[in-house]
Amino acid sequence: MEKIVRNFAIGLALLIILTPLGLLAVGETFGEWSVEEVEEKLGFVPPGLEQLSSIWGAPLPDYAIPGSSDSMTVSAAAYILSAVIGVAICVGLLYFVGKKVAKD
Amino acid sequence: MHIPDGYLGPNTYLAFWIIMIPIWYYAGKRLSRELRSRQVPLLVLAAAFSFVIMMFNVPIPGGSTGHAVGGAIIAIVLGPWAAVIAITVALVLQALMFGDGGITAIAANCFNMAVVMPFVAYYTYKLFSGNTEITSSRRVIAAGIAGYISLVAAAALTGFMFGIQPILNHTPEGIPLYMPYPLSITMPAMLIEHVFGFGILEALITALIFAYIQRTDSSLLYGEKSVAQKNKMKNTVPT
Repeated sequence: MEKIVRNFAIGLALLIILTPLGLLAVGETFGEWSVEEVEEKLGFVPPGLEQLSSIWGAPLPDYAIPGSSDSMTVSAAAYILSAVIGVAICVGLLYFVGKKVAKD
Repeated sequence: MHIPDGYLGPNTYLAFWIIMIPIWYYAGKRLSRELRSRQVPLLVLAAAFSFVIMMFNVPIPGGSTGHAVGGAIIAIVLGPWAAVIAITVALVLQALMFGDGGITAIAANCFNMAVVMPFVAYYTYKLFSGNTEITSSRRVIAAGIAGYISLVAAAALTGFMFGIQPILNHTPEGIPLYMPYPLSITMPAMLIEHVFGFGILEALITALIFAYIQRTDSSLLYGEKSVAQKNKMKNTVPT
């Protein structure tokens, strides 16, 4: 492996370990409110929004294990686990595709 | 910047699926034509990096949180078409597995973060780099500006998609069906936090990684010839 690639991989591993820092950021993101938050803001939920919002049930919603306790340790572990899963799928998928199509 | 399900009406999200399908198809063609084996590890790391950096929520004054995307540095290193593929993989995975961004909005989110962002970044970088040497420090600045402008552009477009919803989709009584806020709220909301917050973060990340690659092995950068290729060209006598 080229040295630069190895260093990037190490950097990425460090980022994964540090991802729970992202959990410390409390506050909302504009336009990413839950149905309950929208209702709080407006006093009603736009009908289309309500209908579409539950169209998909992600297995690990918001990078957390559904139904698990919301202690910081559990959330942090789930967050790191999510990052590992995400990275593993990105790496596996693109490595496979990349090897197939790459020239020289 | 990940638009969830329910914020865009079908007329909007379907339009972006129709726009994105040929873009993905063409990006795939370009990738298979241009990708060198040496770039495969970088492509792989690019998608993984984009995925992880978007999990790093950063608070900014005013009670909002957001994140960088990594789209600019990916476009500068791998080229904008490869960036389309790498960031799309990260965004699709975030939507399907983690509910970050809606599945109906995958195409719209990809248009903002996986198309507009890398292309704006790549051409901004090119513009500010001019004819400078690949090792020039002006290119580090150019990369930083590219990160900043491209993230702000993607945020502005997201704000625009949000803000046209009450115009496009409402009941006969005028009740909004999807995103309820008009352009006069969505545009400033998306712009202010990216202009004064996350854009600066994206600029720093882009400039830092760029400077590192520039000092380590600038032949990895998109469009640059490796030493071996340069020598080959020199030794080729035109016939």
